[in-house]
Amino acid sequence: MNKAQTWEYSPAPESTDHIQLKDRYDLFINGEFVPGVEGRYFDTINPSNEEKIAEVAEAGKADIDKAVSSARKAYDKTWSKMLPKERGKYIFRIARLLQESAREFSVIESMDGGKPIRESRDVDIPLSSAHFFYYAGWADKLEYAFPGRTANPLGVAGQIIPWNFPLLMAAWKLAPALATGNTLVLKPAETTPLTAMKLAEVIQEADLPPGVVNIVNGAGETGKFLVNHGDIDKIAFTGSTEVGKYIMKSVAGSGKKYTLELGGKAANIIFEDAAIDQAVEGIVNAIFFNQGHVCCAGSRLYVQEGVAEEIISKLQKRMESLIVGDPLDKNTDIGAINSKMQLNKIKKYVKLGKDEGGTIYQSSCPLPEKGYWFAPTIFTDVSQSNRIVQEEIFGPVLAIQTFRTVDEVILKANNSPYGLSGGLWTDKGSKIFKVTQDIRAGVIWANTFNKFDPASPFGGYKESGVGSEGGIEGLSGYVNLV
Amino acid sequence: MFLDKLLYAKPIDQIGAQERVTRLFSRSIKKDSKVQALHLALSMIDLTTLEGKDSPGKVKQLCYKASHLHDSFPGLPNVAAICVYPTMVAIAKKALAGTGIKVASVATAFPSGMADMHAKLDEVKSVIDAGADEVDMVISRGKFLRGDYQYVSDEIAQVKDACGETHLKVILETGELVTLDNVRLASDIAMESGADFIKTSTGKVSPAATPPVVLTMLEAIRDFQTKTGKKIGMKPAGGIGQAKQAIQYLVMIKETLGHDWLSPDLFRFGASSLANDVLMQIVKQTTGQYQSKDYFSID
Amino acid sequence: MSKRIDIQKTYKLFIGGKFPRTESGRYIKWTDVKETTVVNICRGSRKDFRNAMVSARGAVSGWSSRTAYNRAQILYRIGEMLEGRKDQFMAELTLQGLSKKQAENEISQSIDRLIYYAGWADKFQQVFSRVNPVSLPYFNFTVPEATGVVAAIAPDDSSLLGLVSIIAPVIAGGNSIVILASESFPLCSITFAEVLHSSDVPDGVVNILTGYRNELIEHFSSHMDVNAIIYCGDNSDDKKLVETNAALNVKHVIHFPNQDWAKNLHQSPYHILKCQETKTTWHPIGV
Repeated sequence: MNKAQTWEYSPAPESTDHIQLKDRYDLFINGEFVPGVEGRYFDTINPSNEEKIAEVAEAGKADIDKAVSSARKAYDKTWSKMLPKERGKYIFRIARLLQESAREFSVIESMDGGKPIRESRDVDIPLSSAHFFYYAGWADKLEYAFPGRTANPLGVAGQIIPWNFPLLMAAWKLAPALATGNTLVLKPAETTPLTAMKLAEVIQEADLPPGVVNIVNGAGETGKFLVNHGDIDKIAFTGSTEVGKYIMKSVAGSGKKYTLELGGKAANIIFEDAAIDQAVEGIVNAIFFNQGHVCCAGSRLYVQEGVAEEIISKLQKRMESLIVGDPLDKNTDIGAINSKMQLNKIKKYVKLGKDEGGTIYQSSCPLPEKGYWFAPTIFTDVSQSNRIVQEEIFGPVLAIQTFRTVDEVILKANNSPYGLSGGLWTDKGSKIFKVTQDIRAGVIWANTFNKFDPASPFGGYKESGVGSEGGIEGLSGYVNLV
Repeated sequence: MFLDKLLYAKPIDQIGAQERVTRLFSRSIKKDSKVQALHLALSMIDLTTLEGKDSPGKVKQLCYKASHLHDSFPGLPNVAAICVYPTMVAIAKKALAGTGIKVASVATAFPSGMADMHAKLDEVKSVIDAGADEVDMVISRGKFLRGDYQYVSDEIAQVKDACGETHLKVILETGELVTLDNVRLASDIAMESGADFIKTSTGKVSPAATPPVVLTMLEAIRDFQTKTGKKIGMKPAGGIGQAKQAIQYLVMIKETLGHDWLSPDLFRFGASSLANDVLMQIVKQTTGQYQSKDYFSID
Repeated sequence: MSKRIDIQKTYKLFIGGKFPRTESGRYIKWTDVKETTVVNICRGSRKDFRNAMVSARGAVSGWSSRTAYNRAQILYRIGEMLEGRKDQFMAELTLQGLSKKQAENEISQSIDRLIYYAGWADKFQQVFSRVNPVSLPYFNFTVPEATGVVAAIAPDDSSLLGLVSIIAPVIAGGNSIVILASESFPLCSITFAEVLHSSDVPDGVVNILTGYRNELIEHFSSHMDVNAIIYCGDNSDDKKLVETNAALNVKHVIHFPNQDWAKNLHQSPYHILKCQETKTTWHPIGV
């Protein structure tokens, strides 16, 4: 009979000849693209090859002032006076336009941020348009969302988003704010401004009244100007706990409302009665998906001791079949690390893990020469006291511990200042309801992980944040209930 | 051997399994890897005719096609085997002499399995006497579904005994087992009891082979190898008519079991119309033009 | 030069995603008030209704198991398609006696109402579901579920908006529907069927019949496979007949008196709830 063959996948590049990208993007204020007052620009690069893609205008204090006053004027004169159902129709338009140009957005998202095209095509962009579609429908239905209360808009929102899901985070911010009748100024992350700029073009195509949405780019300084601006009614922030705390201090005493979606160090718990192969896949989805750049990543694994050997052995084999490489190759599972800074941070933690005595296993996949890359990594022989078990790494690095009883693992899962998410794997229904009741986190996945839907609320306990996004709960951060 | 379900039963999460399938099927197989996959798929086909109206004429024509898939295109492999009813084995054997293509026969009151053990074993013996290289048996699904796993284990062991060196495939008829939990349990029982190959379906019941079922069976095979060191083969049958599906299953094998299983020794497709679709794809890859069925023989 | 002859439109029924003529072969001659235009409308029979019911029942399991998001998108698309066909409806509404302004309003409101219910399709569950704090260690939750196949007698005095106001909440909730169009103003119903046909609505989810109320109301209300019956109108004999027949298989009975469908209070998530069952499930909490 025939000898077995080796069979490797040929390159399967996503075509990029249909996308339209400018060399330079200005600030999107009052419905138009305008240069910054001080005329400064910064580059945005492709982290998979370190090449510059475009340059983007940097917003200084004067630009923030312009953007906020444009949002305020649009709120006073146009948006707050419009019938809610007509506001909804604009948001529906944005959703549909995103669906039409979905592939272009996916390619640009992968180029700018490093995530695999398969993820941006199949997850990020569809979820983004779904988010707009879901919230569009709430615009004229708010009287049903809050029993016994009338929901009034707050006014002007300042919104700051991170680089791990650039377009999706923009959708999570814009959609509920607009649906509830607010106007806004959005500041994308400085390493991933491009899909927000394309979104600004979609907003122009949708004919949204000028000033309702303003998008300004910049780094920490720009963010501070926005947070501290006197005419903002509300700050919405997704990012690190450290910056979240800064924001809380900055707005103290000002009367500004805020919602914060911060860091996490989620516990992913595998019981011995779990469906094992699906649980192993769940571990991979929890920590290696999106290069581990996920605030709700399952970065602490707890495996019941009796199945630990089987799980870890299967996990190691599964890691070997993960393809790390060119984000624009359709077969890539794990893309580039978003920036040099983030790569250095991950390397620092991994070295720390080894120094602390953990046993490291990394997949043997070859990594490209240029660009920022990190192989999927797990640590065993670590415990609650290890810093790599306590601190958020934000990379494809998993810390693994064993446990013996359900009481023990609940205590350990909760033993953290974070409380964003968690996961558990078991075939027993009553255990699911008990454990989900006892874990102190805002989103708990049973027999799955990292699932998102516009209808499903997402938000953290403790230092993982305040407030929720998604579902009816996602509306409450943008309204005054009277 | 006393078979206690508790010792063996492993829960399979249907949604999780389906998601793994979706992820595997998102692989994009192009260019050289596609051509290699198409050739490999061809070599793994068990060309099948299992109809009440089969006759010597039909079987002889099918056997000719098996070794002359598309003579105008050089470098094509033959299919792995022909699969027929017991009364056609001798005819197929004669028609395939010298080609290296195996003759597989169904047995044990295929497709229902509803006959007593003696009759089924007699049928197995007659098929082997007629020269079959491989035997495809069916399990007793009614016994399985009422929890009589010992019976199922025993019947497989007895058939394997009757097969001797002849290679045995055990058909689970996964469409009747319905849940992935059942598919996993049946797979484990079959392998423990002597199967050389585990096979999804008779092709007479819908649904036949579905991706989550195939994944579950491949994972069972993987665990069995970890436990015993033995490599058991796998055959999905029924409902696989397109080259694209075949390539997707090759991806599934590669990423679940590894390269050792990318061989007709350990993997077969039970199909009738698949071969021509694969051939059309091979020609398209070479010429760049989409093909028409008119140019590929139907036997 | 000779004048171009128009191709006249044939008005057929809409059953199972197709446009068959009535199996009875009978027709109703409809004319406008001035009697300048004559149109033959199908006079639907009980067999047409029976066939529509078979389609509706065949379609409902697939329709109700789609994601709510998918149903929302399809309802939105019906709105898109209706927006694109405004002119055709303008012509039919004015022929049926509305002024140009009235016709414009009716069409705009119909579109907006479809968009309204599209926005409810993936939200009413959140508003009407509960987790119930029972006094035992059980996780107890209540969710609405589509009742199944809804038979409906559309408002007689509104050719388009009344029809849309009945259909949209029923299908947003995952049900399928067989609806008898207005007898006095039937033209828009079949043109609306054409809109549905181009909107990715699966075959059999919406079925539209034309015909005489007094012939069909008996069958609509007595069919044993109908889960809910909607009756629009003020005829007390008809209403009593519907309620009496509903008892045969304990159908839900929903009645809408004649009303101005243009008013906003005639769109509401509670209209969706009228064709929903309530399912409560218990599961222990414990290890």
